[in-house]
Amino acid sequence: MTRTDRRNLRNGLLFASPYIFGFLIFTLYPFAASVYYSFCNFNAIEPPIWTGLDNYRQMINDSTLRTSLFNTLYYTVGSVPLGIAFAILLAVMLNQKLKGMSVYRTIFFLPTIVPLVASAVLWLWVLNPENGLLNGMLRVSGIDSLLGAVGIPLPNWLADQHWAMPSLILMSFWGVGGAVVIFLAGLAEVPQSLYEVADIDGAGPLRKFWNVTLPMITPTILFNLVMGLIGAFQYFTQVYVMTGGTGGPANKTLVYALYLYQMAFKYLNMGYASAMGWMLFVFVLALTLGVMYTSKRWVHYHGD
Amino acid sequence: MATRMTPKTVFAHLALIFASVLFIAPFVWMVSTSLKHETQIFPKAGEPPQWIPKTDKLDAEGRRVITYQGKTGSEIGDDDVKKVILVDGEELKVWPEEVGYEQVVGFHWQNYPKAFSMIDFWLNLRNTLFICVSVVLATLVSCSLVAYSFSRIEWPGRDALFVVVLATMMLPYEVTLIPLFVLYKWLGWTGSFKPLIIPAFFGTPFYIFLLRQFFMGIPRDLSAAARIDGCSEFGIFAHVIIPLSKPALATTALFMFLFQWADFLNPLIYLQDDRQYTLAIALQQFQSNHEAQWGPLMAMSSVITMPIILLFFLAQRTFIQGITMTGLKG
Repeated sequence: MTRTDRRNLRNGLLFASPYIFGFLIFTLYPFAASVYYSFCNFNAIEPPIWTGLDNYRQMINDSTLRTSLFNTLYYTVGSVPLGIAFAILLAVMLNQKLKGMSVYRTIFFLPTIVPLVASAVLWLWVLNPENGLLNGMLRVSGIDSLLGAVGIPLPNWLADQHWAMPSLILMSFWGVGGAVVIFLAGLAEVPQSLYEVADIDGAGPLRKFWNVTLPMITPTILFNLVMGLIGAFQYFTQVYVMTGGTGGPANKTLVYALYLYQMAFKYLNMGYASAMGWMLFVFVLALTLGVMYTSKRWVHYHGD
Repeated sequence: MATRMTPKTVFAHLALIFASVLFIAPFVWMVSTSLKHETQIFPKAGEPPQWIPKTDKLDAEGRRVITYQGKTGSEIGDDDVKKVILVDGEELKVWPEEVGYEQVVGFHWQNYPKAFSMIDFWLNLRNTLFICVSVVLATLVSCSLVAYSFSRIEWPGRDALFVVVLATMMLPYEVTLIPLFVLYKWLGWTGSFKPLIIPAFFGTPFYIFLLRQFFMGIPRDLSAAARIDGCSEFGIFAHVIIPLSKPALATTALFMFLFQWADFLNPLIYLQDDRQYTLAIALQQFQSNHEAQWGPLMAMSSVITMPIILLFFLAQRTFIQGITMTGLKG
C-alpha cells in the first residue's frame, strides 16, 4: 500500500464514518434485533421471552392479518397500475410543446407536496356524503340520477364498506403529479428521429404512441412501478388519519402497515409486529425481484 | 401566438384544462371552506356546493336582511308572516321556514383564529420549525461528507459499502420500526425530539445517493489542482466541491424540509406530550377531537399547506430538477 493509498483509506473511512456508525446503530442492529424479536413474546416493557416460531404460526391463523394483506393488495392493484397509466396519459398530452405547459405541470404537481395529514383531512371533507364536494358535484351534474337509473345510489364513500377502499384509491390519483414529472423527463429523452421515421412509414398518432413512445419509456415505467409498489405496501398516514387509526368500516381499510402499527403500539405485541415486519419485507423483496426479473422482457433500454 | 392551434392541440388543451380543474378543485374547496360560516358549510339539503364564501348582508343598523321568496327586507309584507305572537305586549313575527338572510360575498376569517386557539398553534409551529431546521442542517453536513467519500476518494471497500447504501434505501421502515422504538426507549429518548433529529446526523441513504451522483459529475482536475496547491482532503471538500454543489444541496435541503414538515409516523410514535406536537400531529389530533368543525379544520389544513406551496413557487426549478434527478439517474 502506497502512502497515497493509506491516506485515501483513512480519509475515505473518516468522511464515510457518520454513515458507517449510523448504518450499524440505526439499520443493521434494528434489522438483526427485529429477527430476534420476531421469535419472542415481547411487550417492550419486560424483557423478550423466546417463543420460537409461535408468532409465525399465529400469523398463519390470523384472519385479520389476511384481511389486512388483502386490503393492501387491493389498494396496490387499484392505485399503482392505473396511477401509472393516468400519469403517462397526462405526460404525453403535456409533451406536445403546448403553450402553458409549465402551468399545467405545476397544477398536476402541487397536490404531491401537500402534507399527507392535510390532504387526508381535506379528502375526508371532499368525500363527506352529505356536504362534501364530490357528492355535491355528482348531484349538480346529474350523474347521481344517471347512477340512480342503473340502481346505484350516491356512495357514502368512506362510510360504506364497499366504497371505502375505492375512495382511498381515487384519492391516490390526486397524487400522480410526481410520476407525471418523471415521465415528462423520460419522454424528453425519446429521440425525435424515431418519430420522424414513423412519420415516413405513415404511422398515425396512436400507432406512434404504441410502437415508439411506450417502448422508449419502459425504463421510466419500471422505475415508477417499483417505487409505486414499495410505496403502496407502506401506505399508512392517509388511512390512519381518515379512519382515526381504526381501518374501518369493518376493517375494510385496515391495510397491512396500519395493522402492524396497531399490533405494536396499541396492543404492545412487539414480537408479533416484528414478525409482520419481516413478512412484509420478504413480500416486497419478492415482488420487486419479480418485477425486475420480468422487466428483461418488457423494458427496452436506449441503444438496444 | 407562438404555436399554431391545430385541432389536435385544441383537443389537448381542452383535456388538460379539464384535468387541471379536477386537480385544483380540492384546493379551492379547502380554502373556500376555511372562509365560510358554518351555516354555509352545511347548506340545506339539495343545494349545490357553494364555491364562494358568503356572509349575511347587514343593513345600515347592523341587522341581517331577511329574504323570502325573492323579496328582501322591507319588501316582505306582513301578509308573508306566518303568525304573530304577542310576547309581553310586543309583537313577535314568526316567519315561514323558507325565510333566509340575504347573502353577500364575504370571508368568515374567524375560522383561522378559532383553529389557532383550538390547538397550541404557535408552539406547534415552533416545534415543527425546530425539528425541520435541525434535521435539514444535520442532513446537509452528514450526507455531503459521506457522499464525498463515496464519489471523490478512492478506497478499498467503498463500492461495496455504496451497494449497502442502495440496498437500505429499499428497506421498508416497518422492519426496523420496532427495534428502533425499543432502542430509543432504552436510551430515554422517547417523548423528546431526539429520535426525530439525532439519526439525521448519521446520513440518510437517499440524500447520500443524490449528492454522490452530483459530486461524480464535478471534474476530477479541480480536486487535483487544489491538491497541488496544498489543499487537504477536507479543504477540497469545503472549498471546491461544496461551493460547486449548491443546486444539489438546495434540492436536499428542500426535500428534507418538506419531508419533516409533513412527517407523521415518527412524531406519532415518539411525541407523547401535546406541548411537543408538530403541526401535522396537532392537525390529526384536532381532526379526531372535533370531527365536524370543517371551517377551522380547513383553515388549519390551509395554514399547513400554504408555506409549502409558497416554497414551491420560490424554488420551482429546484423541485423539478430534484424529482427528475432522483427519478431518472437511478
